[in-house]
Amino acid sequence: MPDIAAFIDQFGGLLAQGTVDTLVMVFVSTAIAYVIGIALGVVLNLTAPDGLRPAPVVYTVLGWAVNIGRSLPFIILMIALMPATTALVGTSTGIVGVIPPLVVATAPFVARMVEQSLAEVSRDAVEAAEACGASVPRIVVSALLPEALPSIVRGVAVTLIAVLGYTAIAGALGAGGLGDIAVRYGYYRYEDQVMIATIILLVILVQLIQSICNLIARKVDHR
Amino acid sequence: MISIEHVSKTYLHAGRSSQVAALADINLEIGDGERFGIIGMSGAGKSTLVRTINLLERPTEGRIVVDGQDVTGLTGQALRAYRRRVAMIFQNFGLLAQKTVLDNVCFPFRAATGRVTPENRERALELLDRVGLAEKASSYPSQLSGGQQQRVAIARALACDPEVILCDEATSALDPKSTNTILKLLRDISRETGVTLVVITHSMDVVEKICTQVAVLDEGRVVEQGPVERVFAAPVAEATRVLLGKVDWDA
Repeated sequence: MPDIAAFIDQFGGLLAQGTVDTLVMVFVSTAIAYVIGIALGVVLNLTAPDGLRPAPVVYTVLGWAVNIGRSLPFIILMIALMPATTALVGTSTGIVGVIPPLVVATAPFVARMVEQSLAEVSRDAVEAAEACGASVPRIVVSALLPEALPSIVRGVAVTLIAVLGYTAIAGALGAGGLGDIAVRYGYYRYEDQVMIATIILLVILVQLIQSICNLIARKVDHR
Repeated sequence: MISIEHVSKTYLHAGRSSQVAALADINLEIGDGERFGIIGMSGAGKSTLVRTINLLERPTEGRIVVDGQDVTGLTGQALRAYRRRVAMIFQNFGLLAQKTVLDNVCFPFRAATGRVTPENRERALELLDRVGLAEKASSYPSQLSGGQQQRVAIARALACDPEVILCDEATSALDPKSTNTILKLLRDISRETGVTLVVITHSMDVVEKICTQVAVLDEGRVVEQGPVERVFAAPVAEATRVLLGKVDWDA
């Protein structure tokens, strides 16, 4: 198959670099988004009307902030944030330049997913922990989050795949990665083979992410 | 000694101005080492009442006095320390599904000190042995039957050497055989350790088997109370007669 050999020779390095860039963007921004999103999700869960520390004002204000973060399409959010991104990391392009808007777009999404996962935890188990004399931080760390872990891991798969979609949009705005390659080669230069290769790579990435997360979720779930 | 003094609990219905009285002017004295049954039909307020004892619910009025100390207003560290003296078991067991049986029994230690020492773990294994589940220490709750899960919950309740165990419909989700096992276990533990039991139930059978004293709750009020034999022999209140099955059911 000389065609494929020639294709890999010509574009292999480019596609490999694009895949690595995409993975770095996806995993770094998802990781940061989870640090913020778990904190927000926990606060939403605790301050909800039936939470352990109901606080209607905090719950409502935070809920609004999260909704605003989720209402902007990523492409608009990324452009709107460019000055802030430049101020923060010195550039609004490339991998580094896309991570801040990715985090801003993803953290509210994660907050809702984590809130949902925590809401699924058995009310009885939480109450039993409370009746044991556990403090609220202790309940969060030793009961709520561990009980919700399998559900949170399944949420990670959904988040990673959503962020993968965002990176393709970011690619069009100079972020690099597979999205950038698809636009530059597939769209502007009619390199159909490169387009197909990026599609195959993206499909493989999504399948891998989903399968690995499912596997982890099953491993950590003792129900 | 737990004194429940003039305890009332009213709920405000969201969106409506009406109040619902779950408990109205409850007065009860529960002596040390007693096995005190609180019986009533669904909605009588018995779960709300038992939950005011460990302050999972705050009374709207009245107070809870334990050994001369008014605990009604406790918060923070003092509340958590009090809750360790008053353990609780639940209808649906309330075990952590993602933790092993041993870790569940060790949870009160973690709640108290933030960590679990080797001595704690040894104590938890003793308790598991006491409830007959030593060999299940590394199993997960989902691998156990309902009766076994409730025995784990009892071991967890005993971890902090409580003075009182509140049992909120502890056998309502269990079959008759498991119910008997759990009741026998609770009775024997109370005899061995002198721990006070407060047993919430809608079943006269449960009261008859393990309780020494009983109070009958109807629509948020105590309508009858006294030693179990007396109440059973000569029930006065209509609710007691219904619970005892002494009314014509087909009337």
